[in-house]
Amino acid sequence: MENICTTSIKDFKMEKPARWCPGCGGHAVLAAIQRALPETGIDKEKIVFVSGIGCSSRFPYYINTYGFHGLHGRGPAIASGIKLANPDLSVWLITGDGDSMAIGGNHFIHLLRRNLDIKILLFNNKIYGLTKGQYSPTTPKGSITKTSPDGTIEDPFLPGELAMGAQGNFFARVVDTDLEMMKEVFIQAARHKGTALIEVLQNCVIFNDDIHAEITSKELRDENQLYLKHGEPMLFGKNKESGLIQEGTRFKVVKVGENGVRKEDILVHNALDHDDTKDYMLVRMTLPDYPIAMGVIRACEFSVFEDLMYRQIDTARMKSKIKSVNDLLTSGNTFSI
Amino acid sequence: MKKRIKVIEREDVVVKFAGDSGDGMQLTGAQFSDSSAFVGNDLATFPDYPAEIRAPQGTVAGVSGFQVHIGHKEVSTPGDLADVLVAMNPAALKANMKWLKPGATIIVDIDNFDSRHYKLAEYIEDPLEDGSLEGYNVVKAPITDMTRDVVKQFGLSPKTADKTKNQFVAGILYWLFNRDLSIGENFLHERFRKNPELIEANLEVLRAGYNYAETIEAIEATYQVKPAEKGAGLYRNITGNVAIAWGLLAAAEKAGRKLFLGSYPITPASEILQELAKMKNLGAIVFQAEDEIAGICSAIGASFAGCLGVSSTSGPGLSLKSEGLGLAVITELPLVVVDVQRGGPSTGLPTKTEQADLLQALYGRHGESQLVVLASSTPANCFDFAFEASRIAIEHMTPVILLSDGYLANGSELWQIPVVKDLPEIKVPLVDDNDTDYEPYRRDPVTLARKWAFPGQAGLRHRIGGLEKADITGEISYDPLNHEKMVGLRNEKIARVAQNIPPQQVMGEVEGELLVVGWGGTYGALYTAVLELQEEGKSISLAQFNYIYPLPANVHEIFGRFQKIIVCELNLGQFVAYLRSMLPGFNYLQFNKVQGLPFLISELKQKFNEVLDSTKK
Repeated sequence: MENICTTSIKDFKMEKPARWCPGCGGHAVLAAIQRALPETGIDKEKIVFVSGIGCSSRFPYYINTYGFHGLHGRGPAIASGIKLANPDLSVWLITGDGDSMAIGGNHFIHLLRRNLDIKILLFNNKIYGLTKGQYSPTTPKGSITKTSPDGTIEDPFLPGELAMGAQGNFFARVVDTDLEMMKEVFIQAARHKGTALIEVLQNCVIFNDDIHAEITSKELRDENQLYLKHGEPMLFGKNKESGLIQEGTRFKVVKVGENGVRKEDILVHNALDHDDTKDYMLVRMTLPDYPIAMGVIRACEFSVFEDLMYRQIDTARMKSKIKSVNDLLTSGNTFSI
Repeated sequence: MKKRIKVIEREDVVVKFAGDSGDGMQLTGAQFSDSSAFVGNDLATFPDYPAEIRAPQGTVAGVSGFQVHIGHKEVSTPGDLADVLVAMNPAALKANMKWLKPGATIIVDIDNFDSRHYKLAEYIEDPLEDGSLEGYNVVKAPITDMTRDVVKQFGLSPKTADKTKNQFVAGILYWLFNRDLSIGENFLHERFRKNPELIEANLEVLRAGYNYAETIEAIEATYQVKPAEKGAGLYRNITGNVAIAWGLLAAAEKAGRKLFLGSYPITPASEILQELAKMKNLGAIVFQAEDEIAGICSAIGASFAGCLGVSSTSGPGLSLKSEGLGLAVITELPLVVVDVQRGGPSTGLPTKTEQADLLQALYGRHGESQLVVLASSTPANCFDFAFEASRIAIEHMTPVILLSDGYLANGSELWQIPVVKDLPEIKVPLVDDNDTDYEPYRRDPVTLARKWAFPGQAGLRHRIGGLEKADITGEISYDPLNHEKMVGLRNEKIARVAQNIPPQQVMGEVEGELLVVGWGGTYGALYTAVLELQEEGKSISLAQFNYIYPLPANVHEIFGRFQKIIVCELNLGQFVAYLRSMLPGFNYLQFNKVQGLPFLISELKQKFNEVLDSTKK
């Protein structure tokens, strides 16, 4: 992947249109990926999109790369096999809130823990779409759905919190209404060495319309989104007039210029800090007390599973006298008759 | 002065080592096996251990055993009954009494035959004195006391000192079998290479055991088992699990693909994972997955990317892999799943053997999802069938289930080492970069296999997955007629594997009164039973199946040449049910056993004689 390849958006487009519902957030994510990939310089022949099952998981059929549409929840395992077989490949995993948080929860946390260089796009629409409207592990408590006619009685997962609990080192959050934000973050994820999880707050027009409206609507988005960028102050609002400061063990929302708060008092985002305490706090911020943290929240690089594995293989190959299966078969205790 | 002793020449001898899990009987057994192989005996071994790591000491449930069958004649099983039993405590004696030949030699560690151990073994009376051992040649050896005396000089901890007891036993056996002690000494040098401080103590104890046996009067005769008349060549003692691991490596090397194993530890298959984890020197990519499902799914991913993808497991794991197998069927990728069968259902008998996963292997998936099923039948041919499973998987672009079992997995036999270049070629259906004719589901006209293009190859970008494929293009298709066509093509592809496998063999005359039919790991016992009856002049032959689905093309013809057919298997009748559906029109008798134990040659012979006698009436 060292060689920079020139590709354009056309290289990644398929002849047939994607078969998501009109207005589905998936179309925007696809468009953002198709715009982001040419800017990464990755050879189009080396890109693989892998998925599980669900609306989002149809993604590999809609992009002109190598693709594997797998089993419900098992995408991380399939992607891991592909990456370990050929670490030169750029492997992207497409999943949803049901695929990754419910049936595939185990595979999801272990992929993050192992830190293979795989990019995960988690389409979080907080509902089961393909099976037509049952609640998912991220559906807000109390929601009325087809399988919760009296309201859900489960507390939802926060994907970012789960990812960090599983020792995830790259976590970002984007909205499907902001093409530019998606593109920027996808490029950063591509450049990150290690497992990178991007939670896409995605709208399902049919079964959970406007679930993220408080965050994404034109009227509210500036007030309710804090787009974090490494090295920049944590400011938000239409004119970047609001910001976060630390007060004791908590964040506090303040207005610059009010109560003597200066711009310099505002926390500066450090996505590279190995200590994940602040990252947890950012991920957990909820409305109405806080804005929702967007962008790359955490991006720390540690050793990558496949590098360590291939290093062990190379060392063993170098040190061992056994160079072929013939050598192996005739090694140790043998008897001539 | 040396005592005068008789030397009894034997065609074969069975030795059973038994003691507490911590007594080192597995090690002594392995040492004795290796030294037997060294002097050229044919051999087969079988360990028999409790499911618990350290079951309660001194109890019958906690007895760990290792049986070795050595022969001048051909040896095909670890033997029904033992000629020599080493019992390190009363529980070991109790557990093995019914597996002794009349007049067998029993060597006991007399230091453990006390009231406390009798109570633990639930003996009411002293078995050494109550007459129950009459007719046996009992050697009461003070193994524990003498070992402690010998190792005193080395200043070992009492625990470490007692661990050398097994070498006292080994010493006795070396003398009893007229073996050169230096073979045992070399074994110890090798064994304790990384703990040289233990070598001297173990060597001294080994010699002390040997001298003890030579001195006492209790052993009146020694055994002589001449070298086996095997073909000249290089041999090694190998277990089924190691043979599977090596067969997979050989296939990957031969095919020029990397080997990828994605597995989750499970008894009795874990040794395959462990063995390949040591094989990074040969480039094996071994991924210990978070569960059985991730094991097979990672292997499918690796296979998509161009590796020989393999997942190893046992029954409960095969259940979890069902969905993954279906994915490999529809994506038409090469994949080998090794199922080392154990007693089921559920957790069942994890350390015991059984053949009850056959129907699951054949039919245990939703949808029309035929795949190839093979079964290995001896510890050594686990190598051949791991290779063969890989060859078929790659050449026919299909998942293959290889059935082994706990008996083959842990049992060992002497194996003539093959030369890799003499193994069959594996024709990999590769695609050239930028092949403009490439379509993911275009098929070879003969095998119907599709081609194998890997991510990273230029100009071959394509997408596959679990949804139904349009013929040739591989695009998603919900078209009813296309679905029927694809189901038919996948089915026919597997059926055509029959054209790429050898015909079914028959051991003995190709026609006659009785055809014994078996499959997989029962081969050794069935072979020996049939051979012994043939030597008595009976009209009996054996067809042992390794190719289960598809069946070899000549089976119908074979079955038609016998008056009676009896299908023997370690389950309630799964293969026979399958044969009844595949080859109706024959009357299949059956002989089944579901005790977690292999067949005894004696029970097989008795059954076959009954059937043969009834034929005459």
